[in-house]
Amino acid sequence: MSPRDRIRDALSRAQGEGAAIVAYLTAGYPDPERFFAAFEAVARVSDAVEIGVPFSDPMADGVTIQRSSERAIEHGVSLRWIFDELAARHLELAPPVLLMSYLNPLLVFGYEALAERSVECGISGYIVPDLPYEESGPLQEALSERGLALVQMVTPVTPAARLQALCAASEGFVYAVTRTGITGRAVSLPAEATEYLAEVKAASKLPVCAGFGVRERAQVEAIERHADGVVVGTALVEVLERGEDAAEFVRSLRPSR
Amino acid sequence: MHEDANEHEALLEALIAGSLPDERGRFGPFGGQYVPETLMTAVNRLSEGVRDVLPSESFQQRLEAELKSWVGRPTALTAAPRLGERWNADVWFKREDLAHTGAHKINNGIGQALLAQALGAKRVVAETGAGQHGVAAAAACARLGLPCVVYMGEVDVERQAPNVDRMHRLGATVVSVTSGDRTLRAAIDEAIRDWVSDPEGTYYLIGSAIGPHPYPLLVRELQAVIGREARVQMLEAGELPDAVFACVGGGSNAIGIFHAFLADRDIALFGIEAGGCGSALGQHSATIAAGRPGVLHGNYSMLLYDDDGQIQETHSVSAGLDYPGVGPEHSLLKLVGRVDYETASDAEALAALDECCEAEGILPALESAHALAGARRWAAKNPGRRILIGMSGRGDKDMPILARFPRSETGVDVAA
Repeated sequence: MSPRDRIRDALSRAQGEGAAIVAYLTAGYPDPERFFAAFEAVARVSDAVEIGVPFSDPMADGVTIQRSSERAIEHGVSLRWIFDELAARHLELAPPVLLMSYLNPLLVFGYEALAERSVECGISGYIVPDLPYEESGPLQEALSERGLALVQMVTPVTPAARLQALCAASEGFVYAVTRTGITGRAVSLPAEATEYLAEVKAASKLPVCAGFGVRERAQVEAIERHADGVVVGTALVEVLERGEDAAEFVRSLRPSR
Repeated sequence: MHEDANEHEALLEALIAGSLPDERGRFGPFGGQYVPETLMTAVNRLSEGVRDVLPSESFQQRLEAELKSWVGRPTALTAAPRLGERWNADVWFKREDLAHTGAHKINNGIGQALLAQALGAKRVVAETGAGQHGVAAAAACARLGLPCVVYMGEVDVERQAPNVDRMHRLGATVVSVTSGDRTLRAAIDEAIRDWVSDPEGTYYLIGSAIGPHPYPLLVRELQAVIGREARVQMLEAGELPDAVFACVGGGSNAIGIFHAFLADRDIALFGIEAGGCGSALGQHSATIAAGRPGVLHGNYSMLLYDDDGQIQETHSVSAGLDYPGVGPEHSLLKLVGRVDYETASDAEALAALDECCEAEGILPALESAHALAGARRWAAKNPGRRILIGMSGRGDKDMPILARFPRSETGVDVAA
């Protein structure tokens, strides 16, 4: 099975199951050792894990992820570091792992080398917040050769025709931003959000995961009726900031059954 | 090699003919739209505005009226005979320092504010480095009755205090940015974050010929008035120049003055970047001279970054040049060889500033002083030539910084 199909299958859920959870962690945060401990623990309780590649100018992220990114860079964390550590540690990971990165570090690494190294290190796909569909051709092509996913994001301000095109182009899953804006601001689920998620679901053959702002079980339960999964990012980084148990936090989001 | 040359020539001809950027916002390999999906609808709507509203007769009439009666255009072309005698050259200044608010930034500020209003924006956000663009945006928004928020790096808030006060007086909210490098780059990151959180009601009034398409095109169109006027004025004053000099940070005043001269192939064009205090990463802002192509703030262009792709901190005594990227059109002009990009150090710029003060009674902005320094160096190697220098702004705003440096020994004769 190709890596991108692994992502799709991991996030597709059977009737009656709770929402899948995609957990986001900034690479090397709060420090390299605690990161890997949190990463392994979180992987055991999540359906997919997103590792954030720290970048000097994270223009689509809120203050929490900016802070974690700055700290990680201070610790010497880079894309190369992530690959080398993953390769050296031989982790037995059940869920698929994606990298979330701004474009410049990927561009500098080189797309061919990136795809090759990703496969060697067990990475299944990419989320690139400053790479819209129109500009994504060259990276998508390089990843596609190795069966890796390039996940497309859609938003509440994406026009209908564009939504169709993005859902058709996405691989692994469709990342539905549930509130216009940068990551990490609190959200409840108003009617317009449920209508929007219904539109995304109707346009997509892949699982739809809603992201940005999820921090408690009630929100996960509210979203689970409208999407296949949720992305949990800022709230999880905050848990690490406070020195608390990341895996325990992810478990607390799982709907009670 | 030969094929490259042909390709470059074709790109330059396309640029001169007005067919670049293309529909995707590309100046050859450079430019594009590298923004979060949340902003795609906003940049597409802005592209339509640039295509349909900007060239319309009613908009152009409105813009021209504001440029004439409020900005004070056309700005003067001034001969600089005492400087010329010292340099053994025929020196002319295009005086954007005489424009309302003291720099070329106002051409873009009022143009984009009018466009924001025409597109129905409810509020305007802007970033600023030296504070000149912030002041221009604040003034233009006050003129049109639009709420304005200006993001400014904490470091720049300190070194450009008079401009912070001006923005307040002009009714703008100034937000001091404490993240990232706390200069222009962080201010742009923050302005983009604001825009991402309200892409429908907010208009992002970017200050230089950077950012995602259509901004590099829009800003160039609004600044091209500098070169159009200067070309006519130079002809009226006798003949066209042999060389044109402009400072380059993001590159808006340079693209503005160069554009009208691109087709005059025998006129040499020079963009002068900030050489800062050394050649190591972090000591300068010489993006074109020392950078590599990469993606920042929505476009693919020359950029200063390390081997991991992390954007590098820059340095210049001039806040307006302290930026690790540069507009994509400049990257193309470098690639095709139409413009030569050189650097001037902090020390050279400071010396040129003092020389200009004493020889011509004009206090240039530290940014513009880089163009003067580049021109002076060229004149020494090319005696007797006619030189046009883009005086992009006045130096009043730089007084707090200049207070830290002793006046240079210029050797300019002063009547006893």
